[in-house]
Amino acid sequence: MLRDITLGQYYQTDSVIHRLDPRVKLTATICYIISLFIVDNVIGYIIAGLFLAMIIKLSRVPVKFMIRGMKAILFLLIIAVIFNLFLTPGEVLFSFWKLQITKEGIRLAGFMAIRLVFLIMGSSVMTLTTTPNNLTDGMEKLLGPLKRIRVPVHEISMMMSIALRFIPILLEETDKIMKAQIARGADFESGNLIKKAKSLVPLLVPLFISAFRRANDLAMAMEARCYRGGEHRTKMKPLIYQKRDRLAYGALAGYLVLCVILGKILL
Amino acid sequence: MSSLILDHVNYIYEAGTAMEFAALKDINLVINKGEFIGLIGHTGSGKSTLVQHLNGLLAPSSGNIFFDGADIHDSDFDKKRLRSKVGLVFQYPEHQLFEIDVFSDVCFGPKNLGLDRKEVELRAYAALKQVGLSDEYFYQSPFDLSGGQKRRVAIAGVLAMKPEILVLDEPTAGLDPKGRDEILDQIAKLREETGITVILVSHSMEDVAKYVSRIIVMNRGQIMFDDVPREVFSHYKELESVGLAAPQVTYIMQALKKSGLDVDTDITTIREAKTEILRALKKEPS
Repeated sequence: MLRDITLGQYYQTDSVIHRLDPRVKLTATICYIISLFIVDNVIGYIIAGLFLAMIIKLSRVPVKFMIRGMKAILFLLIIAVIFNLFLTPGEVLFSFWKLQITKEGIRLAGFMAIRLVFLIMGSSVMTLTTTPNNLTDGMEKLLGPLKRIRVPVHEISMMMSIALRFIPILLEETDKIMKAQIARGADFESGNLIKKAKSLVPLLVPLFISAFRRANDLAMAMEARCYRGGEHRTKMKPLIYQKRDRLAYGALAGYLVLCVILGKILL
Repeated sequence: MSSLILDHVNYIYEAGTAMEFAALKDINLVINKGEFIGLIGHTGSGKSTLVQHLNGLLAPSSGNIFFDGADIHDSDFDKKRLRSKVGLVFQYPEHQLFEIDVFSDVCFGPKNLGLDRKEVELRAYAALKQVGLSDEYFYQSPFDLSGGQKRRVAIAGVLAMKPEILVLDEPTAGLDPKGRDEILDQIAKLREETGITVILVSHSMEDVAKYVSRIIVMNRGQIMFDDVPREVFSHYKELESVGLAAPQVTYIMQALKKSGLDVDTDITTIREAKTEILRALKKEPS
């Protein structure tokens, strides 16, 4: 029941996208998200869609997994669409009661929906094809220059990788504790809001305790291996750009140019 | 009386994905009242999945489960009642403790059954006594207890619901030998006193051999053996091939037999072995 969250879950397979340097994927994801907000016409979105479809195809991750991640934002999506649909002023197409649908509203709502869907899918591709460790390594390297202005880049990325690493573990733990309490007659579903919130206590207390216990164990294990932050720490697999990474940057640049020209300037 | 019947039960994890995995394959079982059963299997053999079917936490992908003759997945079947009748103690049950003191934690189960306060407290008290916890711990935080004590509290939490079938998933995992024997002895004693059905899940034959009257061996989601201990142990070669082992006593008896001592190899406990070896030695004209 709790396994439906794709964000932050790696899909194991071998593909060009999987093998790309995480820095490329991070940069590409950010650029892709920006591109979604630059373009504001149909051709732009067609290009963005085709680009995404190509990446998904190359990544060899079943589309089903991307769609599963979508469920989480379904609610947000519906709200965004409804607000844009009804609250955009402009040329009125239909109206009933106090609500009116305008031509601009339909256009905006449609674009908003496409943007959100592409945005989530685009970032899902990144998390599905990159292991959390790789991802934070990439981030650390990309943000490296910020160390000069005393931003604790290494610590931040270490925290992120630990957090990501623990998501599936804690989900599993939640599932287990939930089952154990259901076996003791707990009821997580029925009742009003207050009763429901109260019924979460037997779940949350053990979960927090287990999170702290795990944190403690991990800290101990890190200390036992003489971990002391990023200073002078070397990597077993340092990130080095390969030919395919440079190619990917080229493709990304091409896509961005295309987006700006066709999606913004031309029409 | 209370019995559980599993009829052609299959269970598939993550059906329809690349990770699809059949955890249970065509399981047929009859669990009668008052039995003391050992459910043995290697890690990943499906034993934990199986026990979660017994109280309806997991629903089989196909097949049926009957409790007292009623299908537990019928829409009008009262699952809550089932869960009070089939008590399931999970692995590392001490991780589910949450209340401020031991006594309130044990009260959680019976309270969920909607009993009145007096009955709840009586049951909690009786359950804590059944697991052999002395009064001085009742009002301590469960988190201040030792590992073995925590586990007793957690088991009491399930016992307080007065189950007719008690399922314990690896109740001795992570305990030292003394703690392990204490818990198992306590469970055996409890069964003698109350006559409840007990299903003991374990990966170690050694642990259960001494207590149970029936052993179910699982391998890769299927039932490999389902018989009395001596019959199961006589297949010790096959057990080894699936990563399990018969108790050491079996090996000793087999080795003695091979080296010429005329002993009965169908021995399951150390005490029996002692008598048998003495008998054989006396008979031996040396």
